[in-house]
Amino acid sequence: MEIKTEEYTISYNNQTTTINCEGSLRLNGMEDYNPIVQLFEQVAGQDPALITFDLRRLSFLNSSGINVLSKFIIKVRQRKNMQIVVKGSHNIPWQGKSLKNLQRLMPTLGLEWE
Amino acid sequence: MVQIFGDYDDKIPFSDEFLILGFSPASLPLKQRWRNNGLSADFLADYLATFFPANDSEPASLRKQAEVRNAVSYIANELLENAMKFNDDSSATPVSIKLQLYPDQIVFHITNSVSLQNGEKFQAFIQKLRHSDTQELYIRQLEENAENDNSTQSRLGLLTMINDYQTKIGWKFQTLPTESHVFIVSTMVQLAI
Repeated sequence: MEIKTEEYTISYNNQTTTINCEGSLRLNGMEDYNPIVQLFEQVAGQDPALITFDLRRLSFLNSSGINVLSKFIIKVRQRKNMQIVVKGSHNIPWQGKSLKNLQRLMPTLGLEWE
Repeated sequence: MVQIFGDYDDKIPFSDEFLILGFSPASLPLKQRWRNNGLSADFLADYLATFFPANDSEPASLRKQAEVRNAVSYIANELLENAMKFNDDSSATPVSIKLQLYPDQIVFHITNSVSLQNGEKFQAFIQKLRHSDTQELYIRQLEENAENDNSTQSRLGLLTMINDYQTKIGWKFQTLPTESHVFIVSTMVQLAI
């Protein structure tokens, strides 16, 4: 599974059950984020025990994108058999400011920094 | 008529370092020029970053420059997205964004028109923002957005600017005799540096 444009790439690695997000994600509201939401939901539909979001190369995410990611976490947090890990980078300032909010939605969410 | 909400400071002295961009949104449909928001925000951020010279031998200076660039880009992009989304294209007032640099802060000033109906809804949201714990409101907003699959607005832009970037925000709503069918809204965002 992969969505690739000039500005960003979202891809899923089956082996590591990792959703990799790279580039700059600044789409116009929920409608334009729909294909990405569908990719996330397909991954959750496969019931992996762990889903890792690798955001270490995601240089920008607008507030609509933060909403999409948060919404997904709210949807899966009830599933006791699924763990979520988010990998962030200290080199990308927005991540240091905003990723901690995901843990407020799901206290068991793992945040890993590099 | 002029109405002021929040931390809107009309008396900030003019800064010698400023940059202003203007847009006439009616010239192209929103979908086609959406990408311009990000490009303009990055341009503003890169321009301002030059005032924060970075030196490879001083990691703190590199960090500061990256931080300013990233914050300006995020805030300018959110402000432009909102302005373009809600601008009433029947108004003759162009959308403009101005950045002013001061020794201790960067001030963003964005102006756009909105329909009277959207303006009133927005004023209600501003009141909610001003009288709530914004950290709690952020979580509540996300939970509500998640429950309502049809919600088209996330309402998170201003909340992230306040919570994650520690900005002060204020608004000026004006009605002009020549354009009584719209409000002209100026949003002022103060980012400490």
